[in-house]
Amino acid sequence: MDINNYINSGVLELYVAGALSDEENKEVYDVMQKHPEVLNEVLQIEAAILKLTEATAPKNTVLDFNKITEKISTKTEKETKVVKLKAEKLRSSWLSFTGWAAAVILGAGLLWSIQENSELQSKISVSQIDNEFLEQQIEIADSDLKQAKSLITILRDKDLLAIPLGGQTVAPEAYAKVYWDKSENSIYLDVQGLPEPPEGKVYQVWSLTLNPLTPTSLGTLDDFTSDDSKIFAMKNANASEAFGITLEPAGGSTSPTLEQLYTLGTVASVS
Amino acid sequence: MQLDTLIEQFKKKDEKAFETLYNMYSKNIHGVIFNIVRDQDIAEEIMQDVFIKAWHKADTYSTDKGRFFTWILNIARNAAIDKTRSKSFKNKKQNLDAQFFVDILEHGDSLNDKTDAIGIGKFVSKLAKKCIDVIELLYFKGYTQKEASETLDMPIGTIKTRNRNCINELRNIVLN
Repeated sequence: MDINNYINSGVLELYVAGALSDEENKEVYDVMQKHPEVLNEVLQIEAAILKLTEATAPKNTVLDFNKITEKISTKTEKETKVVKLKAEKLRSSWLSFTGWAAAVILGAGLLWSIQENSELQSKISVSQIDNEFLEQQIEIADSDLKQAKSLITILRDKDLLAIPLGGQTVAPEAYAKVYWDKSENSIYLDVQGLPEPPEGKVYQVWSLTLNPLTPTSLGTLDDFTSDDSKIFAMKNANASEAFGITLEPAGGSTSPTLEQLYTLGTVASVS
Repeated sequence: MQLDTLIEQFKKKDEKAFETLYNMYSKNIHGVIFNIVRDQDIAEEIMQDVFIKAWHKADTYSTDKGRFFTWILNIARNAAIDKTRSKSFKNKKQNLDAQFFVDILEHGDSLNDKTDAIGIGKFVSKLAKKCIDVIELLYFKGYTQKEASETLDMPIGTIKTRNRNCINELRNIVLN
């Protein structure tokens, strides 16, 4: 539809005049909804007609709304309230009451079940979250158990040599244990009994031969704080006669700082 | 938008909204009725009846049927024309068929300062007779396009375009 042609056809002027049929009115209304320029045109036409009709009103008349209010309120009271109420009172007794009551109960029931349903929904989602959490816990426990089992298997090995390391001057309470698997050239170090190393420091493990005293570094325990089991595996191909653990600056040292010797133990069955 | 809200409230029998609409349109309705009956007291009486009638049939109005002003204008024209057909009115009044809205505008006593300021007087003197005819019939008397075409003895198409041109002229004068 060409909107300009539509506007210029003069149909909108007739629309404001009220000279169109019901169908034509509906059509103009629909076009107005789609095309703001048509609505605007109608408003302009109406504004002009309002100016014109206003000008034909007799001068100096006071158009008091109160006269209207009086009439509409008295009319409603007399006709509606007095006459209609009496007639309806009889019919509206129990039948309509039960009808309304049923509707109210039904409505309330519906609301209740909707609420109940949404509560259940939220409970289900809470349970699902709980479930996921528990599954995670099980998995963690499972892997902990596997670790522990493999540790036990290692410790029960008949070839494994256990060397207890006792606390020294700086840390008399400290202790540790070395499990030495000579056939595999490896040690397992249990350092549960050592305190947390201070910031910037690290434990370093030494293999020692006694005559003459020669320390060989086996490595530093960089993961001491983060490792919960406090058991470390290390390579040891030396003919060790003793093991010691010292506290060293981060990164380790080439030779042990003996003033910071925490634990020390000799291999008993060495001879 | 505000008008739509007012009308919604009016349909819900909100007296405050009704009063606002009354204040917006009562002068116009009064003018249209006065143009038909040419008697101030009768015009005022009919105007009140028209608004009361509108109040009672508020729920029959809907925006897709036409403009609210057009709706109430229609009630007013019918009420005023009914009145002119009544016996009591006929006895009292002369035949009013030959009178047009411009007569009111041309007579100084009916022309208030406000409308004069917007140039209604100028409009009246400038507007062609053919425009006065068509505007009188379509807006003040509520003729359908067919009735107007028969009365003025011209095709409907001509009525439409002539009316469009006349209203454009009117807009130029009163809205600028």
